[in-house]
Amino acid sequence: MDTCMLAGQIMLQSGAETYRVEDTMTRIATSYGLPGAHSYVTPTAIMFSITGAESARLARIAERTTDLHKIAQVNAISRQISSGQLTPTEAYPLLKVIEAGPAEYSSWMKMIAAAISSGCFTIMFQGSWGDFIPSLVAGLAGYTTMLYLHKWVQVKFFAELCAAFIIGLLASLFIGYGWGNELDKIIIGSVMPLVPGLLITNAIRDLMAGHLVSGISKGADALLTAFAIGAGVAIILTFV
Amino acid sequence: MLAQLITSFIATAGFGIIFNAPRRSLLQCGVAGMLGWIVYVMLYQHIDPVGATLIATFIVGGISQMFARIYKTPVIIFSVAGVIPLVPGGMAYNAMRSFVENHYTAATELAAQAAMISGSIALGLVLSEVFNQMIRRAAR
Repeated sequence: MDTCMLAGQIMLQSGAETYRVEDTMTRIATSYGLPGAHSYVTPTAIMFSITGAESARLARIAERTTDLHKIAQVNAISRQISSGQLTPTEAYPLLKVIEAGPAEYSSWMKMIAAAISSGCFTIMFQGSWGDFIPSLVAGLAGYTTMLYLHKWVQVKFFAELCAAFIIGLLASLFIGYGWGNELDKIIIGSVMPLVPGLLITNAIRDLMAGHLVSGISKGADALLTAFAIGAGVAIILTFV
Repeated sequence: MLAQLITSFIATAGFGIIFNAPRRSLLQCGVAGMLGWIVYVMLYQHIDPVGATLIATFIVGGISQMFARIYKTPVIIFSVAGVIPLVPGGMAYNAMRSFVENHYTAATELAAQAAMISGSIALGLVLSEVFNQMIRRAAR
C-alpha cells in the first residue's frame, strides 16, 4: 500500500495525467494480489483504499512540477512490478530513490534551453532573424526570473507575473533601441517557456476521460497562469 | 521552410529539457515536434487553424505512440514536448493584448479561437490513442 501511494505521489507531482496515476496505482495493487483497490486522484490529493485491508489513505500534493524523467522511472518500476520481478519491499526503496533523485538537468541547462527555444519560437511564428537574439535574451531573463523567484516566493502566480513583466520590459526596450523589428513576435517567442501548454492539454484530456474534478481544477490552474503572463505583459503594453 | 524545420526541432528538444525529459529521448521529442509543426505549417494555408492543429496533433500523437512502444517509455514524454509548438500561445497573448487595449470583440474572438485550438490538441491526442488501441486490437 505504501508502495502504491508513493508511486502515485511521485507521478502526480511530476505532472502525469490523473487517469494514468489511478491506473498505475490500481495496477500495482492488483499485481500484489490486492483486488478491489480504489484510488481517487485530483491534482491536489490522492485517496486510496483497498477493500477489506487497512484503512484508506490520503496524501496531499502541494507542489506540482513537470518532470517527465520521474514519470518514466516510475513507469519502468510499475512495469517490473506487473511482470512480477519486484516485491513490494524491493520496490519501495527504489521509489524513494526516484522521489529524492535530482532533476535530470541543472538549472542553468534549463535556462539555456529556454533561451534557445524562445529564439526558435520567434522564427517559427514568422519572426525575422533580427528578432532572434532579442527574444533569446528576453526568454532567458524571463525564465530565470521565474525559476529563482519561485524558489524565494512560494506563490507561483507572482513569479509568473514578474517573469512576464521582465519579458515585456526587455522586449520593448529592445524595440526602443532599434535592436528588434516586431515587438509582438519577440514577446510571443519569449513567453512560450512560461505558457501552461501541458496543463491546458492535460486538463482537456482529463475532462474527456471523465475526470471532471481534476479537469476543471487543472483548467483553472492553467487559466491563472495564462492570466499571470497576460497581466505581466499587459502592464508594460499600457505604457508603451 | 528549412529554417522552420531546424527551429522547430531545436525548440521542441529545448522544451524536453525544460520538462526534464530523459536525456536519451530528447532527440525523439525533437523529431515529434518537428513533424507536427511541419504538417501544421503546410496545412495552415489551406484549411483553418483548428483543423490543421487537429491533424498535426494526431500525427504527433501517432509518432509518440510509436516511440513509446519502441523505447518502452510513457507516451506523455514525447507527446508533451511534441505538442508545444502547436499550443496557441501567440493567440492567447494577442487575445490578452486586445483585452488590455479595450478591443473586446477582437479579444473574445481570439480567446474563443485559442480555446478551440487547445480543444483540438486534446482531441488529436485522444484520437491518436484510440486509433492506436484499435490497431493493436486488430493486430491481435
